Amino acid sequence: MDWTALWLSLQLAGWTVVILLPVSILMGRVLAYRKFAGKGLVEALVMLPLVLPPTVFGFYLLVSFGAASPVGQFWQTMFGEPLVFSFEGLVLASVIFNLPFAIQPAQRGFESVPVEVREAAACCGMSPSRSLWTVELPLAWPGLLTAMVLTFAHTLGEFGIVLMVGGSIPGETKTIAIAIYDRVQGFDDSGAAIMSAVLVAISLVTITLTYWLSARVGRRLG
Amino acid sequence: MTLDVIVQAQGPIPLDIAFQVEPGELLALVGPSGSGKTTMLRTIAGLWQPDKARIAVQGQLWLDSATGFSLPVHRRRVGVVFQNYALFPHMTAVQNVAAAIDHLQGAARKVEALRLLELVNLHGLEGRKPAELSGGQQQRVAVARALARRPDALLLDEPFSAVDRATRDRLYTEIIALRAHLAMPVVLVTHDMNEAQLLADRLVVIAGGGMVAAGPTGTVMADPRALHAMGIREAAAMLGAVVKGHDADGMTALHTSAGPLWLPRLDVVPGTRVRVRIMAHEVILSRARPEGLSAQNILVGRVVELLAGDGPAMMVRLALGEDVILARITRRAAQQLALEPGDQVHAILKSMSVARDHIAADTQP
Repeated sequence: MDWTALWLSLQLAGWTVVILLPVSILMGRVLAYRKFAGKGLVEALVMLPLVLPPTVFGFYLLVSFGAASPVGQFWQTMFGEPLVFSFEGLVLASVIFNLPFAIQPAQRGFESVPVEVREAAACCGMSPSRSLWTVELPLAWPGLLTAMVLTFAHTLGEFGIVLMVGGSIPGETKTIAIAIYDRVQGFDDSGAAIMSAVLVAISLVTITLTYWLSARVGRRLG
Repeated sequence: MTLDVIVQAQGPIPLDIAFQVEPGELLALVGPSGSGKTTMLRTIAGLWQPDKARIAVQGQLWLDSATGFSLPVHRRRVGVVFQNYALFPHMTAVQNVAAAIDHLQGAARKVEALRLLELVNLHGLEGRKPAELSGGQQQRVAVARALARRPDALLLDEPFSAVDRATRDRLYTEIIALRAHLAMPVVLVTHDMNEAQLLADRLVVIAGGGMVAAGPTGTVMADPRALHAMGIREAAAMLGAVVKGHDADGMTALHTSAGPLWLPRLDVVPGTRVRVRIMAHEVILSRARPEGLSAQNILVGRVVELLAGDGPAMMVRLALGEDVILARITRRAAQQLALEPGDQVHAILKSMSVARDHIAADTQP
């Protein structure tokens, strides 16, 4: 059992969720409530990682994070180390790759808040930010929860992107999914089996918890 | 605290409407659906921005398209009761009301919210979520929540349309009683002429985005232009009466300034002042006092005015004691009776022609 790899995967998933939560609230809310020119294009761009093969997506990220790219150069001058094949690069790739898993359910969550309830909040004297905290988030949170759980579970199991952008550096970019692949390549079937089972267990627990929480919310709202 | 509204929008919804509402006054915007009355309410609240409009409350500007000024919705001190109430589903009744209170904090806020719930007769139900309340109870929470901000203007958007007839009847009585506590201008949007007549001091009749008639409720209800827009069968007038007592055969005796009136049993205590809506097309006029008639109510009145329309009918304004009612009769009948202003006539009112929800409690002394 490669505990370092598991811990790295959990950290990667955790950071991805932490970064994507505010992003999905912001983007999900805008896409749910606003009508603007190019909205369809934005929605399509957000969904793109869902349809592209992870290797293709990973290839483009690798190119755009590389030392020759503006993003890579900026990172190098800011932090003095390359962005590719680092944990930070992996987090950034994971954030971008998980946009559809985070934003889509968040958008559905905000869309479930009736227009007149939002209007009532404004007519009750609530500023947009107070309306977000006291009315919209309490009503949209099943969608946000789904978004975060999907992101977390999906990041734990991601393989192609991680391999393309991160490589397989132990303690830095070697996640549990990569570790399992390595074990299989090295004919260590029992090691791969244990790690796979652990991953299944974690995923199952996370999803079950989500369903249980959503059902409780459903009852609470009648 | 006068509410001053001028809207002259070109599109997408053309509107050309202007009115003023005094503090404590209830103005009803009436008209068929799609006439623009709800858009007017949304404009006042700030939920809709027409290209040309000016809205001010007691000199404080809320919207002025000429200078491009528009106060954000949450900064306008407005109370709105939405058609489907739009309560916050995750909050209890008392939390819904407290959410709109911004002038108090902590415990004082809850005390005020409970006081408002008591004002709308919801004592004991403060811990329930909207889904656990009946339609009528939800409407009361919505009214309490709209009042919670101490609004400078209260806006009611078809607030009675989602409840059954019996509940509506009770809510009318409650709103009439509640008005004694309201010092702000109130605007009611409705397509129900009975509702407008029972509740409003003044009417603005809207059709196709324009004003057809405006003025005191009694005057507008006799205005042929207004009646054309609202449907001629809505013509009616209010007759004030005091409940005298209940008879064993199920009839209630009332006293009007023109004489006694009998109606099917009203569940109110003797001494209660009521206003009865008399439909113009249900009134029969007679020169001589008729004998051997099934109709129970024969009141003596005097012709005030004869209003001819385009069709075969005409409207007679008739003074009955201190009130003026309307009678819609044919032009031919008016000629046969040779009716002239000042003539004495008998108005015959069938007891059973008065619907229960056409009678409202009257809180005015």
